[in-house]
Amino acid sequence: MTAQLKFSNVTLGYDRHPAVHHLNGEIAAGSLLAIVGPNGAGKSTLFRGIVGILKPLAGTIGLGDLKPREIAYLPQSVDIDRTFPISVFDFVGTGLWRSTGLFGGLGKKAGRQIADALAAVGLNGFENRTIGTLSGGQMQRMLFARVLLQDARVIVLDEPFNAIDAKTSADLIGLVRHWHAERRTVLAALHDMDLVRANFPETLLLARGAVAWGATSQVLTADNLLEARRMCEAFDDGAHACAIDAARPRAA
Amino acid sequence: MIYDALIAPFIDFEFMRRALAGVIALALGGAPIGVFLMLRRMSLVGDAMAHAILPGAAVGFLFSGLNLFAMTFGGLIAGFSVALLAGLVSRVTEIKEDASLAAFYLVSLALGVTIVSMRGTNIDLLHVLFGNILAMDDQTLLVIAFNATITLVILAVIYRPLVIECVDPVFLRTVSRAGAPAHLAFLALVVINLVNGFHALGTLLAVGLMVLPAGIARFWSRDITGMMMIAVASAAISGYLGLVLSFQTKVPSGPAIILVAAALYVVSVLFGTVSGLVRQLFPGRHLEA
Repeated sequence: MTAQLKFSNVTLGYDRHPAVHHLNGEIAAGSLLAIVGPNGAGKSTLFRGIVGILKPLAGTIGLGDLKPREIAYLPQSVDIDRTFPISVFDFVGTGLWRSTGLFGGLGKKAGRQIADALAAVGLNGFENRTIGTLSGGQMQRMLFARVLLQDARVIVLDEPFNAIDAKTSADLIGLVRHWHAERRTVLAALHDMDLVRANFPETLLLARGAVAWGATSQVLTADNLLEARRMCEAFDDGAHACAIDAARPRAA
Repeated sequence: MIYDALIAPFIDFEFMRRALAGVIALALGGAPIGVFLMLRRMSLVGDAMAHAILPGAAVGFLFSGLNLFAMTFGGLIAGFSVALLAGLVSRVTEIKEDASLAAFYLVSLALGVTIVSMRGTNIDLLHVLFGNILAMDDQTLLVIAFNATITLVILAVIYRPLVIECVDPVFLRTVSRAGAPAHLAFLALVVINLVNGFHALGTLLAVGLMVLPAGIARFWSRDITGMMMIAVASAAISGYLGLVLSFQTKVPSGPAIILVAAALYVVSVLFGTVSGLVRQLFPGRHLEA
């Protein structure tokens, strides 16, 4: 078991306020890890740190031989301009960026790959629709198709099943299991504890810091969940500089 | 009769042929840029930038008269300075980018008009404000054609990152560093095409052949490739019909071209197949599935 991701005393945040505070730990290659915690616990922030959009305030996130751009990242889909006139086919095709780059054309092989990906998420026949015509569930299926094409060793899904009906989330969780079977490392932020218990062998319970991290059944206990809820507070504008760093002796 | 009105002017007069070549080059370069301006909700930014290039062109004019290269070069420098300064001010202070751009372009426009009137006559001022496509010399035509060519080549290079940055900027950031350079290159193309339009249509109307055709295209196509084709075609048609109109009625050429484009725009708003008004009033019966 080699570590795919390694958190060394990572603090991530905004305007000096930590959203993830002094996180330590490793994620083994091929893990299927659920990240749970209340709103504001730092789940999305942690993901933004992993994919390199947010620089840590302190500490490091080790990726080993992996480049940040080789991680497939599915954010909560608020930033997509759904009025933009692009077809489902072209949108999903952007997932092939690593092989096509700036100029590479989408040839026959790419066309087949895109068709297969759309079929895998149950969107056959949607190729020429513009993305603005999709329902919420279809949108999420399309985003999964793009992740599929990215063919990444590490896949990071931020609350992928929010506002998605049972049928769609069951289909998509099937894909997640399939990725796990392919030995890819999959991280997903989730709120549905039953779904986590049924599908994810490992869980990180996050509330700025790690409340518990390990086998799902041992992490998701009533005590731990209660503690997570208590630890998560609003930013304090009058907060002092974090004492942990100051107290640590400088390397001689 | 129709021949006399539509074709004869271009056969009889060289300046009409030259003007026609000019507007077609403008359409080829400017219209696709206009489509991206519209899709990025930057149409008014384009308009503001058009005014911002004036002082640069005016300084060029001050030093070397109606010399094309000096005015083009000055315009490019002024355009970039305003774009960068506005971006900088909005990033380091609380003010939003649109507000800071508005402030800078107003200063720019006032400065430009002042500089032109310091040396030139009212005719020069009119030339700068409204352009004169009928008085283009070979050099001007070559510069316009060159700029249009450059535009199409660069647009082809940055097309994919530009599109992805419009739809899903976070995704682009996670797969590539091309986002910021593509955006800057796009701004450069906006400025280059404004300078282009500036020669033919003047500072006030330069953005017209970019924004109006894009608006027209939105009503006829749901697809970005289709939009760009339609935008180019409608810009070229507006240019041609505008020249004819100007020739027959003595309306100045710049406003004539823009008025034709505006007429096409109104027709598109009314009858466009994609969310045109008539289409909305009589949508046909709903489908089964």
